[in-house]
Amino acid sequence: MKTIGLPKALLYYHYHILWKTFFDALKVPYVESKKTTREMLEKGKEKCIDETCLSMKIFLGHIASIKNQCDCILIPRIYSIEKKEQVCTNFNALYDLVRNVYPKVSIINYNVDVKHHHSEENGFIHLGKQLGFSKKESKNAYKIAKKKEKEHNQLLEEQGRKKMHSKKTKILLLGHPYNLEDDLIGKRIISYLKDKDIEIIYSYEVPKEKVNTCVQKISPKVHWTMNKELLASFIYFKDHVDGTILLTAFPCGPDSLTNEMILRKKGKNKVLLLTFEDLNSDVAILTRLESFLDMLKGGIHL
Amino acid sequence: MKKVLAFPHLGDYKHPIKKLLQDLTHLEVLDTPPITKKTIALGSKNAPDSVCVPFKYNLGNFIEALELGANVLFQAGGGCRYRYYAEVQETILRDLGYDFTFIQIIGRDHLRFKELYHIFKNLNPKLTKRTFIKALLFAFFYITYLDKLDEIIRHRVGFEIEENAFLKLKNNFIKECSKSKNIFTLTKIYYKYKKKSKKVKIKKPKNCLKVGFIGELYTAMESFANYELEKKLAKYHIEIKRFTNLSYLLWKKALFLPFMKRKVKKYCKYTLGADGLDNVYRVLWLKKHGYDGIIHTKPTGCTPEIGALPIIMKVAKEEKMPILFFSFDEQSGIEGINTRLEAFYDLLTLKKEEEYESLFRN
Repeated sequence: MKTIGLPKALLYYHYHILWKTFFDALKVPYVESKKTTREMLEKGKEKCIDETCLSMKIFLGHIASIKNQCDCILIPRIYSIEKKEQVCTNFNALYDLVRNVYPKVSIINYNVDVKHHHSEENGFIHLGKQLGFSKKESKNAYKIAKKKEKEHNQLLEEQGRKKMHSKKTKILLLGHPYNLEDDLIGKRIISYLKDKDIEIIYSYEVPKEKVNTCVQKISPKVHWTMNKELLASFIYFKDHVDGTILLTAFPCGPDSLTNEMILRKKGKNKVLLLTFEDLNSDVAILTRLESFLDMLKGGIHL
Repeated sequence: MKKVLAFPHLGDYKHPIKKLLQDLTHLEVLDTPPITKKTIALGSKNAPDSVCVPFKYNLGNFIEALELGANVLFQAGGGCRYRYYAEVQETILRDLGYDFTFIQIIGRDHLRFKELYHIFKNLNPKLTKRTFIKALLFAFFYITYLDKLDEIIRHRVGFEIEENAFLKLKNNFIKECSKSKNIFTLTKIYYKYKKKSKKVKIKKPKNCLKVGFIGELYTAMESFANYELEKKLAKYHIEIKRFTNLSYLLWKKALFLPFMKRKVKKYCKYTLGADGLDNVYRVLWLKKHGYDGIIHTKPTGCTPEIGALPIIMKVAKEEKMPILFFSFDEQSGIEGINTRLEAFYDLLTLKKEEEYESLFRN
């Protein structure tokens, strides 16, 4: 049986439950790449032009680190998850990009393009076919995986709801899951905030069924499914938290506009925008974070 | 209040679009002031800083038009960030304190006939479907003829003997077209100018340099955004082939896409977003048709092109095609562009001479 490699970056954080349960159900072995390191980032930077966004560079670095440990790497291509909506164009090009940048790596992929009638289920059936499973087997595995994902999402939502009513200082950490959970980007912030005894609410803890109604209040025309969640989470949590931190990787296309939308419609809420680049030191970010926390507490009392 | 319409600049297409809006609404259409350094300064002052350059140009255009008294603004939309431009620009302009109505023509990712009709019906209650279709058809032919004439001119403009002969010709063509009332006179004018353009005296050597112009749509079509790259190329006596024009984006692309997908199967299995796949295909096309080099332009931070660039680089390397990448932002350092262009020109001429000599050696 082929061993499948799952690079721990970009779409991994959106789909890891789904992928892992799917492969577990089919009894396909898989390996995950390790935590992001500086070395990985350097390797990723060699492979692409310097204008590429930080998350993408990290993703390419992960592939370099994992390519010798597995037989093939899973890279899905996503155009639209929901009808009339799109995702960032980086995800459209992801599969072809990696195929051209790493010509020797074998890639296993599936396509999700609801606008052109390629649903996620069909994608997973196609994935199963490539691994040598019948339609029925992969369909069942997909159903089990989807159920598990739903349970996981409910767990997250429950967590979010609980944290909303906590009595500590609360901060909404708003950003793509692949930025929040990454060791070079979000983890540093999270560990700093946890040290200061602050309750952190993550933007992906917003109830999925509230997304469409919440987003109408801030930006009804936004067409990126992933950024829609961010905007909705801001509206959903904003009255329950003391402050919001926006986390973005440097030249992020969708974020550059949606963050502007949040900053313009934030009203009296306190918002801090932190942009991560590939050559920043911790010190500058921690200084800004510190002053933001001081501001939340109502000024510095020496 | 009297309605005054305005829309952002896009090369020479302001004329057909202005004509279309006038025909459909019978309202006053404002000539948006030409793009200057002030426009881009206004735009980048008010726009978020990591957004791509077309956003800033358009925002600058809108602010200048609003200052002149426009109160109905038009914006289109496309496959990438462009689709979300309208809403953010509207928010920014409202925050600046202007009073206006903002209309997005392409709200989804492609043009919808019914949606468009309702938009203009709201502006002009007397509009009938018949006049609507008639005006659209007129604009369709206008744009097609303009693009066709442009293509002829681009082949010959680098070798003109009398300076600015083609520019004058094109301006006259636009002037006459904007005055004409129906498609038949439009067609007549087109053929008249086609004949005229072939009569303009040129001095074209047989083995002149030929360069393809690919890249993102706004920097390809708006000459201010690419620092008049085409004019500079013409001064070097280079024949230019440009793919992106409005008729391509609006209807030709949809017809052409399955064919292109088949041709670039080796490199791309799926579309890359916006014009990414098209640009990969164009590299192959230019190689096949004996072009000497390629110039790729994009605004800084254009996500679809960034995704496609490593693939384009690989294709160009495999096909041994010299390629020059330009990434434009709001800074206007023109000398850097000139130097790079000059070096590229030297490289192309040297390569051409070498090839020519090796022909005789063998």
